[in-house]
This record gives sequence, C-alpha cells and structure tokens, in this order.
Amino acid sequence: MFKYLMKRFVISILTLFVLITVVWILVRLVPGDPFIGEKVTPQIKLNMIRYYGFDQPLYRQYLIYLRNLLKGDLGYSLKYRNVTVNKILADSFPYSASLGIRSLLFALVGGILLGTTAAFNRGRFLDYFCIIIAIIGVSVPDFILGYLLQFVFGIRLKWLPVAQWQGIKYTILPVIGLGTYTLAMISRLMRTNMLEVLQQDYIKTAKSKGLSTLKIILKHQLRNAIIPVITVLGPTTAAILTGTFVIESIFSIPGMGKYYVTAVQNLDYSLILGMTIFYGFFLVVANAIVDLLYGIIDPRIRIY
Amino acid sequence: MIVERLLEINDLHFSFLTYGGEVKAVRGISFQVKQGEKVALVGESGSGKSVTAQCILKLNPEPPGFLKKGSILFDGQNITEMNEKGMRKIRGHDIGMIFQDPLTSLNPTMKVGEQITEGLLSHHGFSRKNARKRAYEMLKMVGIADYEKRFKQYPYQFSGGMKQRVMIAIALIHSPRLLIADEPTTSLDVTIEAQILDLMDNLQQNLKTAIILITHDLGVVARLCERVLVIYGGKIVEAGDIDNIYYQAKHPYTWGLLKSIPRLDHQKSKKLGSIEGTPPDLFEPPAGCPFAARCQYAMRVCYQEEPAFFPITAGHQVACWLLHPDAPESAKSTNLGVF
Repeated sequence: MFKYLMKRFVISILTLFVLITVVWILVRLVPGDPFIGEKVTPQIKLNMIRYYGFDQPLYRQYLIYLRNLLKGDLGYSLKYRNVTVNKILADSFPYSASLGIRSLLFALVGGILLGTTAAFNRGRFLDYFCIIIAIIGVSVPDFILGYLLQFVFGIRLKWLPVAQWQGIKYTILPVIGLGTYTLAMISRLMRTNMLEVLQQDYIKTAKSKGLSTLKIILKHQLRNAIIPVITVLGPTTAAILTGTFVIESIFSIPGMGKYYVTAVQNLDYSLILGMTIFYGFFLVVANAIVDLLYGIIDPRIRIY
Repeated sequence: MIVERLLEINDLHFSFLTYGGEVKAVRGISFQVKQGEKVALVGESGSGKSVTAQCILKLNPEPPGFLKKGSILFDGQNITEMNEKGMRKIRGHDIGMIFQDPLTSLNPTMKVGEQITEGLLSHHGFSRKNARKRAYEMLKMVGIADYEKRFKQYPYQFSGGMKQRVMIAIALIHSPRLLIADEPTTSLDVTIEAQILDLMDNLQQNLKTAIILITHDLGVVARLCERVLVIYGGKIVEAGDIDNIYYQAKHPYTWGLLKSIPRLDHQKSKKLGSIEGTPPDLFEPPAGCPFAARCQYAMRVCYQEEPAFFPITAGHQVACWLLHPDAPESAKSTNLGVF
C-alpha cells in the first residue's frame, strides 16, 4: 500500500511537471503579449516588460518561474495590479469549492437514485420519466438552464433569490444549474449498470438465500453497478470544484470561473498558469482517489 | 407430522412473453419428490428443466415469465399462490439452490464469509459470532481447508471447484429439506465434477435432504440419483427409477440420450451416438409428441395426437405411442444394444 502510494506520488509530480512545462510554452506561443490591450506609450510598455522580467531569455524566465513555484509562489497577476495569483485563488476558490461540493453531492445522490429507480421500473412510466429527465439534463446547456431557473424560481415564482451567494437559500439554484448535467450522466450510467448487474447470476444466488429486495439492492447490486460512476467522478470532481464560468457568471458568484476566462482573454501569463496548475493538481488528486476507491469497492481491481 | 410428499408439482405451465410471442417453456409437468429422495431432471438445453426448477423458488424473472397453470405444493403449502414475503421465508431456509456456473454465482465484491452468513443473519436472527461459527462448520463440511482464512477472502481467490463448494455451503447452511442443484458440475472439469458429486452424495446421506438434480448428463445422474425424469420440449416424456431408465428405457429420446454417453468399453471405431435435428419450436409447440420430428420410429399418430403419460410398471411411466398395443412390432422391439 505504502509503496503504491509513493509510486503514485512520484508519477503525479511528474505529470504536474509536464503539465506546467507544456502550458508555460503554449501561453508564450500565443500571438501578442499581456500588455497589448493597455493604452500606454512604448516607453512605459518597455518598462513593464522589464519589470516583469519578460526581457530575459526564455529558459531563464522558465527557470525563475519553476523556482518561485517550488516556494509556492505563483507570481503577480499581470492584469490585476499588485494582486498575487495566490491571493486570487485563495479568495475565489472557497466559493467555487462550496458550490462545487454541493453540486457534486446533488448530482451523485440524485443520479444514483434516479438511475436505480429507472432500472427497477424498466419499461414502465417511472423509467421513461427518469430517462426523459436524464436526456433533458444532458442536452440542455447550462447557460439556458441557469437563466431558466432564475426566471422561473427567482423572478416568476419568487421562491428563491435570483443571484449572489449569501446563504443557504442562495445556493439552491446554482447547485441545480451546475449539478444537473452530472446528475443526468450518472443516472444514465447507473441505469445501464443496474440492469446489467440484475442479469448476473449472483443476484439470483442472493435471491435464493431469501434476502429482501432492499438488501439485494444495497449489498449486491449498488456496489457492483457503481464502478463506472466512480470512473467519471474523478475528472468531473476536479472540473466542478475548480469553478465554472457560465454558472458563476449567471448567478454572480465570485468564484474562479470568471478569472480563468478573463486570464486567457488578457493573456495574463501567471494567472493562466496558476489556474491551470491548480486545476491540474485537483485532477491528479481526484484520479488518485478514484483509483484507490476502485480497490475498496472491487477487490479484483485492487492495484496495491 | 412428516409429510411423505415433500414437493408436489401438478400440471405446471410456465411461459415467457417475448417480442416474438409466447415461449411455452414448461407445458404441463407433474412430479413428486419424497422426503430425502434424490430425483434427476434430465434433458437437453431448452427443454424446460431449469425453468421448472426455478418455478419452485419463483426465481424466474416475472415479467417476462408468467405462470399459466398448475400448482406447486411444498410441504402442503401452495407456493404458486404465495407472495414475495412468504417466498423469502422458504428460499434458503426450506429450499436451497446451487446454480450452474460457480464462477459467476458469487458476488465478486463481497467476502465469501459474508455471502455465506448473510442468509443466516437475515433469516434466523443469528448473532454475527454464531453465524460465523456455523459458516466455519459448513466450510469444513464441504471440504475447504484453512476455512478461517478462506472466510475472509474474496471469490476471485477461489478456484472453480472451491466456489461450487462455497455455493453448496450457502445452499445447505440452513439444513434445507430440499436442495435444487441446477447443473452443478457442468462448468467444472471431470475430476472436480466427481469430487463435487461425492460431496453432495455424502452431505445428502448425513442431512437427509431431498435433492433435485438438473442435468443433461446421464452419467452424472447415475452417480447420485434414485429416480430420473426425462424432460423434452417442456414435458416429461419418461420417468422411472434409475434401473428402469438405464436398462429398460422405453422412450426413443431416452435411448438417444443413453447413446450419447461416451463409454470406456466401446471400441474406438464406434461413433458416439447423437440425436439428429433440433428441439421443437416452443413458440408453436407441435400438436403431437414433441419428439416426433426427430424420432426415427415416428408414426403418423405421433404428429397428430399427444401420447398419454402412462405407467408400464410400478414407478416407470412413459409417454410414447410405440407402447400402444397397435404399434408395429418392428419399432417396439428395437432396443439400444448398448447394455
């Protein structure tokens, strides 16, 4: 177990290093520079380039970046003056994470329930109902769903606040907006897997022991059906936790999503890199957790 | 009071509704099993033997399956009219079942011990400790060494034969009065098959459990059973004690089955017998004898009218027109010549 974790750790560090290097090179390859949009004289621009060290040879810039990164310093944002990337992340991540965790829970619980219900009522009304929800959830884009939720529940029915992030009531609509796609995906996976597991011989064995249906579902079916769901959960968790541009903008939530998009638009080298590294870190950790979970759920695929 | 007849199946009809129509899998099967009796249901794939067995525990998926007609009395209770809750008390408790493929019949994500004890925990209110003790006993009884360690292992750490032993332990842990073994050795190799059959035979003698053995292999039947029911096309075509079936078989289908057993005392040049043709279409079962189309002795009447199932000696019944007094002598005198 320890050996596996160590190996995993080293591989993760290498992955992150490759990610950092590739993104570092890619942002520099984008035409233009971070100050192209500024209305400044050539002299001031030259000063700025010198100030941020962009006049130095590229390999030196890269080495300096890596050295700072090792100290945990992601540098200053080039767009937001005198604000470090660390500060931006520290300020915005809690909002994104809070929204993300809720959405994830909503999607997971809802998806598993919906998929299981559908599987058990195969070919009946409830099944079609669940399938329709799943299809709508997968096919309606979040920018439409978000506005629709605002319009119906916020403006027309006035049940819930339209936007912002100031308490539990404010979280409901954005959580639904963000989680629905994942919920639909999970419910479809769950339905297929439950039906597949239902055909397995060991379910018949369980039944022949005289177990109740609920026990068969909980002890025999769910555990075998949930593995593909765990697989998609890895990348999804990373994506949802680190902020989403659309839902955060629609509901004016001060999360990371906005910064990510504007950083790319402004060619804010250090912010793009910082965000990407942060996201990459989450992805690597989430995938490692998924791999460990596999082993716990199904001993046959235990890798350590 | 001990009921002499443990299980009584009367005129069982079971069908499956599919897109293609109604598959009449079981078409009027009747038989009885006495306390402690060892009965074999023999027939080829698709003859309805597994469906019959699963009707006893109501394990056939419903829908698409449904009971058309008939009754199953277990210990005087009518199982066909019982609800899920009542069935749950019988399953595992009074009737245990072993399935065909031990490789897939155990849940891969659960420890073996847990799978053995969960029936006890839910049925009898056993404490965890007592259930484990009982499981150890069972594992020892089915011949699994190192059972305390094995108890904590997962199915993938067991071989095929060991898994079938575990299945037997699961099926017998409540000391049921009836054990249904649905082709318990089909997916095992021959040496393991012999071990498993010996094990079942020993356990049967100790526990006095009645056994219904489902198989297509008459060689397996000879080792274990006292009475044989030969099923074809969803009907019983011949029933009798083991000697009746092996030495005085009267139905051409039984002859065919007997001919298709490989034998050591045969010369190499002799070809192993086979039954030409395919089983009847169960969407539209033939009006007459289901075997008529494949029977080399078939007469006109065989296609038109169903032969009655009637006794020829005590404990030996056959459904075949050849036994009618008007049948031509040439066909009647034909015999196997293998015994």
